Amino acid sequence: MAELKTETMTLNMGPQHPSTHGVFRLQLKVDGETIVEAVPIMGYLHRGSEKLAEGFLYSQFIPYTDRLDYLNAMTNNYIYCAAIEELLEWDIPERAEYLRVITMELNRIASHLVWWGTYLLDIGAMSPFLYAFRDRETILDRLNEISGARMTFNYHRIGGVKWDAPEGWIAKVQETVKELYENIQTFDTLVTGNEIFQARTIGVGRLSKEDVINWGLSGPIARGSGIDIDIRKTEPYSLYDRFDFDVVTEEEGDVYARYKVRIGEMFQSLKIIEQACDQIPDGDIITKKGKRIMMIKPPAGEVYKRAEASKGEIGVYAISNGKNKPYRIKLRRPSFVNVSILQALLVGESIQNLVAIFGSLDVVLGEVDA
Amino acid sequence: MDYLLMFLYAVAVLIVLLGGVTFAILAERKVIGYIQLRPGPNRHGPWGTAQTIADVVKLLLKEDIIPAKADKKIFVLAPVLAFAPAFSVMAVLVYSSSIGGADINIGVLYFLGVSSITMLGVLMGGWSSNNKYALLGSIRGVAQMVSYELPLILSIVGIIILVGSLNMTDIVNYQADMGMWFIVPQFLAFIVYMISSIAELNRSPFDLPEAESELVAGYFTEYSGFRFAMFMLAEYTYAIAIAGLATTLFLGGWLGPAFLPGIVWFLLKVCAVMFIWFWLTATLPRARVDQLMNFGWKVLIPLALLNIVVTAIIKVWMG
Repeated sequence: MAELKTETMTLNMGPQHPSTHGVFRLQLKVDGETIVEAVPIMGYLHRGSEKLAEGFLYSQFIPYTDRLDYLNAMTNNYIYCAAIEELLEWDIPERAEYLRVITMELNRIASHLVWWGTYLLDIGAMSPFLYAFRDRETILDRLNEISGARMTFNYHRIGGVKWDAPEGWIAKVQETVKELYENIQTFDTLVTGNEIFQARTIGVGRLSKEDVINWGLSGPIARGSGIDIDIRKTEPYSLYDRFDFDVVTEEEGDVYARYKVRIGEMFQSLKIIEQACDQIPDGDIITKKGKRIMMIKPPAGEVYKRAEASKGEIGVYAISNGKNKPYRIKLRRPSFVNVSILQALLVGESIQNLVAIFGSLDVVLGEVDA
Repeated sequence: MDYLLMFLYAVAVLIVLLGGVTFAILAERKVIGYIQLRPGPNRHGPWGTAQTIADVVKLLLKEDIIPAKADKKIFVLAPVLAFAPAFSVMAVLVYSSSIGGADINIGVLYFLGVSSITMLGVLMGGWSSNNKYALLGSIRGVAQMVSYELPLILSIVGIIILVGSLNMTDIVNYQADMGMWFIVPQFLAFIVYMISSIAELNRSPFDLPEAESELVAGYFTEYSGFRFAMFMLAEYTYAIAIAGLATTLFLGGWLGPAFLPGIVWFLLKVCAVMFIWFWLTATLPRARVDQLMNFGWKVLIPLALLNIVVTAIIKVWMG
């Protein structure tokens, strides 16, 4: 029988599309629903963050880091401040570091919850989206109480944090942790074993260890392919060496493995917060020098500092020429690196798998188009 | 006189149906709202009852947009063609021992034959929109409807073998005589029927033709205002009709304890079936096209065939 002749069709997925998680455009060549070619086109959200940094005082750039990965602003705040602190060779008060860890881990859970909800929405289940946002709200309430903002927190400062925790805040966080523990357990029960969900995710979007290393992927994506790297463990920063927690890894490297890694990580973060709340001492929340924003003038030099954000390795490369403004700031944004695998991963897949694979990368476009 | 009565019956059914669809939409939003821990519409009228009425008014007043490069005639005709068969099948549903439309002896066959025309509306809508998402959605829709029409029909054959008639009244009366609804002896068929009807109706987890996260809105992406409303109307009318057929075939139609009139029992059963669909919508993720097709052809059709064979053997054995 003669083979049926088919033609390919160009399909623009995005920049306005419900499942591109922001303004992302994928130019697809499809044969029916099968993808023949996928070209990611970025830049719709480009703001020139790195260039802007050169025009600001060191501390004035902190709010811009919030707006990169706006779902995980605390870690972005932290890593920028930590990089500058390393240039300055400052010691940070212990209480401030504890507050940083608590806020970062709360933010990681909030970020994973948004991912969990939107990912299931991509796969066609709407209820989890609303459940996830309910619990994210609880976390945002806590972060709001301590920072005064609900998304772009701008809480960490060079030398410490902006404010001390309000009266009774730690106890509230402990309550929240208990509540989240139960709810995330429910989410796990609700979705992880669902047969349709498993049929949609197991074996889909497989990434080998080699792929992960060759493309420089990090975070839950790398750990989903069995790579045991978590900067909190392998190169502990802040106070992470004081806490007992595990690095969650899965071997399969498919979409389902990445899902399980993120669910596991939420429990680990809760564990860290619990310990940090128990251990937090009284004391200063910022070094004396840190209060004099205008005076922050790191000695000439350069530094690369990295941290484990909810999406992978976030890094800040800063060069100082001894003045009160950075000479150069270069940001390693995990989403930007992680999204690069997409073009290789999508060929031969269907549009339905595209949504599942793209969602599993947990991309935030603010971070891709810095 | 007969024609006048037929006309009046049609108008009455249409009015009841419009009300039914309006409140089915409200009920769906409420049910899903409760499952998703949110109140759902509750601002207009008591318990939000005026919400969907407001929605309908809004939809009817919206600007009617037809894309510049759309095939206008087909674009305009598509929603009508989707709605007309869904409404036509109401003619053979029997609501109680005394209330019903045409009491024809090929009722079930008419129902299944006419309802399958809806897919033409879906295909025309998606094709004429000149939108790639709409096209993909409509192709998915047709593939799905064609595949699931088969298990749906096959699942009913067992009942037809037992009753020996395609007449809806006969089917209900047989259940009354037997003292048991067909859901018990034909349970396998009921499961196949329910799953295939979900696929036929494009409801979750088989809502592939409109899959929002993949195809924006699928075959009706380009439709706005009252044309969009027509598609919605068709979908819900068909849903009510299929639930009505399930009630007649498997749940004993209007049969029930005498303290409520037959039609109330009938409507309650329709509501119960629809509730199951709403519940599933709120619970399940969406299946993939190939999985859907595999499930239809490799699981449901063999199951339905097995049911037919077993039913036939029992029928012969019972004499």
